Amino acid sequence: MISANLSAIFYLVSGILFILALRGLSSPDTSRQGNYFGIVGMIIAIVVTFLSIGNFSASLVYVIIFLTIGGAIGGFIAFRIPMTAMPELVAGFHSLVGLAAVFVAIAAFLNPEAFNLGNVGNIKLASLIEMSIGAAVGAITFSGSIIAFLKLRGIMSGAPITFSGQHIVNLLLGIGIFVLIFYLCKTQSSNIFWTVIVISFLVGVLLIIPIGGADMPVVISMLNSYSGWAAAGIGFTLENTALIITGALVGSSGAILSYIMCKAMNRSFISVILGGFGAESSSDDKKEKKDQKPVKSGNAEDAAFLMKNASSVIIVPGYGMAVAQAQHALREMVDKLKKNDIKVTYAIHPVAGRMPGHMNVLLAEANVPYDEVFELEDINNDFANSDVAFVIGANDVTNPIAKTDPKSPIFGMPVLDVEKCKSVLFVKRSLSPGYAGVDNELFYKDNTLMLFADAKKMTEDIVKNLD
Amino acid sequence: MEIDPFIFRLSIFILSIFIGYYVVWSVTPSLHTPLMSVTNAISSVIIVGAIIAALAGVSDSIFSTSSIFGFIAIVLAAVNIFGGFLVTQRMLQMYKKKKDKNK
Repeated sequence: MISANLSAIFYLVSGILFILALRGLSSPDTSRQGNYFGIVGMIIAIVVTFLSIGNFSASLVYVIIFLTIGGAIGGFIAFRIPMTAMPELVAGFHSLVGLAAVFVAIAAFLNPEAFNLGNVGNIKLASLIEMSIGAAVGAITFSGSIIAFLKLRGIMSGAPITFSGQHIVNLLLGIGIFVLIFYLCKTQSSNIFWTVIVISFLVGVLLIIPIGGADMPVVISMLNSYSGWAAAGIGFTLENTALIITGALVGSSGAILSYIMCKAMNRSFISVILGGFGAESSSDDKKEKKDQKPVKSGNAEDAAFLMKNASSVIIVPGYGMAVAQAQHALREMVDKLKKNDIKVTYAIHPVAGRMPGHMNVLLAEANVPYDEVFELEDINNDFANSDVAFVIGANDVTNPIAKTDPKSPIFGMPVLDVEKCKSVLFVKRSLSPGYAGVDNELFYKDNTLMLFADAKKMTEDIVKNLD
Repeated sequence: MEIDPFIFRLSIFILSIFIGYYVVWSVTPSLHTPLMSVTNAISSVIIVGAIIAALAGVSDSIFSTSSIFGFIAIVLAAVNIFGGFLVTQRMLQMYKKKKDKNK
């Protein structure tokens, strides 16, 4: 058994190691080292907890058994999961953090003596507030992440689910949670504690169902943030520095990512949360226009010919590439182009895909060196000097209407200046609009050649034609 | 009058938010997905609370209501810790510079 002061210092050390873990991610070169710091921090925290309890009885055996079971499941998932399923995986993991926070709070509520928080029916006021906030945020994280998971996995439709009075219901439930916590503090009643948790589960569901598929990058980041705040709440309850530091880090990390994602879509955080984006079906008049406008479409042979005669090609990947699993075929195509001394780079919009950095991971999986992959602001000027832009599975993020039409819902969103390229190859299954429900002007430009096919199949065909 | 220890914890919390703010802004956008998976893994340090809860059921029996919640929380957090760190590692392995790939 080690003293409380000594264990507090060790918890501080693991907190610092977690900071270094995040710090390592500032560059791919240092990132692996950062991850090891994180792992060491976690080991320290767990070992110190064992030592500070100093109770090596039979129950310790069970702790280790359960730890191993969980670890085996986690390890199995981590090795088996395909990179394209990363958004679902992250959403699923968030839900586990949320649920773990709820369970720890429940355990603390049922057995406060174990945590030095007072006795049943007479829990310290501050602890009671902290644990009920931790439990409530944890519950919201859990049920919200489950919904996000179902949407990303395609089990639930990605379309926003809205009903009238939704926001008022959410608001009332939110206020209800605070009122109940207030009464919980006065009465210490366990029924109120359970009610808080149940309502929070409900809020989590209601919060995420109105948010559409294209807003998923924001939702995932937001849930990431919530899981952090839940951990911090529990950290205050347990008076544990490692947990408080981590909670704050994760909370602010998720908040920053949400902010970056919102900015990349030129939407306010509030409007994303209120949801319903892409639900309006005012596309009737757009459809008429679409029928009138001529579209040039081509096949793999035309595309291969165009690219072979280019000197520089920029690839613009999007969610469609992930769905079609086209990243490996794409890489093959790029290899062939490079053999012909054609300069190839990749342009990635911050909200391409379903989570922050989604495209980068897929390209990395396909062995694309990360120094050929550029972010929006770093590459946008290059389109004007390039011969071919190869848009594969992206749509809204290339729509020039965002720069020209103030009435468009995506007006003001930073987009890739794809249309400035000498020619644009647009791989897409049909002319349907993207998630924002906006028709893409790019389809009808003179220098655009539409390639109607599945992204992977088309890319493979182009590869054949490049020989 | 003595300062309530809560204030110290609050100070740690607020300062950590600031650290998080600056550290996360310096994360390169191409590593945002590993950032999410690693934050996931580290927030599972909540397992500390789960272990305390699980080991507290000794007085009467190993499995009391509260320790059962602790044990379940251990499993959940452990899935996350191992899954989170390993999947992050797997992703980061792919972000290597390949110099000799321009065949």
